[in-house]
Amino acid sequence: MSINWQTLLVDSVYFLAAILFILGLKKMCSPVTARGGIVWAGVGMILATLVTFLHPHIGSNFGLMGIAIMIGTLPTWWFAKRVAMTDMPQMIAIYNGMGGGAAATIAAVELMRVTTGHALPVTVQTLAVLGAIIGSISFSGSIIAFAKLQGLIKKSFIFPNQQIFNLLILLIVLALGAFVVVQGASVTMIIIISFFVLALVFGILMTLPIGGADMPVVISLFNAMTGLAVAFEGFVLGNAAMIIAGTVVGAAGTLLTQLMAKAMNRSLGNVLFSGFGAAEGQEATGEGVEGSLKPIEAADAAIMMAYAEQVIIIPGYGLAVAQAQHKIWELTKALTERGVRVKFAIHPVAGRMPGHMNVLLAEAGVPYDIISDLDEINEEFEQTDVALVIGANDVVNPIARTDPSSPIYGMPILNADKAKNTIVIKRGRGTGFSGIENYLFYADNTRMLYGDGQKMAAELLQEAKSLG
Amino acid sequence: MIEGFAGFTALYIFMLAGFTGYEVIARVPVILHTPLMSGSNFVHGIVLVGAMVALGHADTNLEKVIGFIGVILATGNAVGGYFVTERMLEMFKTSKKGEAK
Repeated sequence: MSINWQTLLVDSVYFLAAILFILGLKKMCSPVTARGGIVWAGVGMILATLVTFLHPHIGSNFGLMGIAIMIGTLPTWWFAKRVAMTDMPQMIAIYNGMGGGAAATIAAVELMRVTTGHALPVTVQTLAVLGAIIGSISFSGSIIAFAKLQGLIKKSFIFPNQQIFNLLILLIVLALGAFVVVQGASVTMIIIISFFVLALVFGILMTLPIGGADMPVVISLFNAMTGLAVAFEGFVLGNAAMIIAGTVVGAAGTLLTQLMAKAMNRSLGNVLFSGFGAAEGQEATGEGVEGSLKPIEAADAAIMMAYAEQVIIIPGYGLAVAQAQHKIWELTKALTERGVRVKFAIHPVAGRMPGHMNVLLAEAGVPYDIISDLDEINEEFEQTDVALVIGANDVVNPIARTDPSSPIYGMPILNADKAKNTIVIKRGRGTGFSGIENYLFYADNTRMLYGDGQKMAAELLQEAKSLG
Repeated sequence: MIEGFAGFTALYIFMLAGFTGYEVIARVPVILHTPLMSGSNFVHGIVLVGAMVALGHADTNLEKVIGFIGVILATGNAVGGYFVTERMLEMFKTSKKGEAK
């Protein structure tokens, strides 16, 4: 038996790449080793890509391949290097969508080759079709998610019987997919093309009614779906690296999606089919709320914080929108120098996706060991003198504990209302992303500091420094 | 290589990789969720090797066009995913060596 050295080399490198991917992901689970993790995975990717040029199944089109890689590299590299950290979620969405689209194109090529005499077993064809559906949905859905987060699509499209309509489209897609498998080599190009077009349409229809607040869960779901699509196409091509990397991402992505949905107290089905999060911030009426909004000046707020023992800062997405994270970090340093213990409390859904706020604070230079998540810090609010809420809203709304009729009832919240004093920096009186009235703002020990986040943070900093 | 995998071997790979993915992520702190999602997004950029194979054995012009688009998309996934993740992870540091405390 002769050994095919070419195949052996390709397979060995794929094997090595699979190990590097898993170890890289493992290292990404701790902030100390995370940087190394992505580099390991990157090395695996480069090795796997290079060795693929020697792949025995590649017979031609090397020139096209090189050009396509160039076209794919330059603009994405350029954007990835320059995009603002606040826009990270939509960048992840779009790059993820591209992966899903790529999986779908593999399925398209393989299914079309079946019609020209390159037969595939029925099981393999079925996997190709399933991967095609999942990848296509992930592709077009991610583009919609990107457009929504980027503000290109502002409305949520909701019409009567939408879910029944969407279900119908999905059933047609599945039927066409089954038809493609059954027909095998004799399937016409029209059927294959309609199958793909409708799968793409379904991805769009499915994502359109989902509101901006729920997008992180959806992006995470699409990430897992792309992983699965890649794994399925890996089966089709008999490529173990794709199967392993795709499946690992599919499983990890599913877990991440669950964690996120749980943090928002939503079931995945609820996110996908309820259309909640569609309401954009209406003006608050304050109906049925006891107490009143009590404004405070920056000077007084600064004094409260400067003479506090412990201050907990609760940043929300509004902080990032106002680009206030650098000023807040300076304020933190100024307070720390005065002997105030300052901590950051981050709700799992602060920012546009779990962990996004940590990235934004890290960008401003805030070390991660003074940042705590909800479980770590919630007990501490009672011993905290000042809780400073900046740009956050729903995640500190005590109604989540008390009112079963509220859409956010049951969502874990940061107990800012239990601090001795709470200061809320807020631009205006409107409600937040979800349009729900916030009872914290009306509490006796809450003071409202109205103004732009960055400007107010700067004023607080100045006042705190002037105290000497 | 298609003939290299008997059905059940592939199924076993699928199952074990699934558990691996779940376990590897299980204890990740919330602060790393976004970079990790981005990192796992990069890892499925391995679809590039599949896209290259698909383009590499595409015969008709339509197949070539689709394969060509596939390689562009897959490259975008891998390249974009890498640099975005790296940029995020680069910023994480502790106060022990930083200027705070």
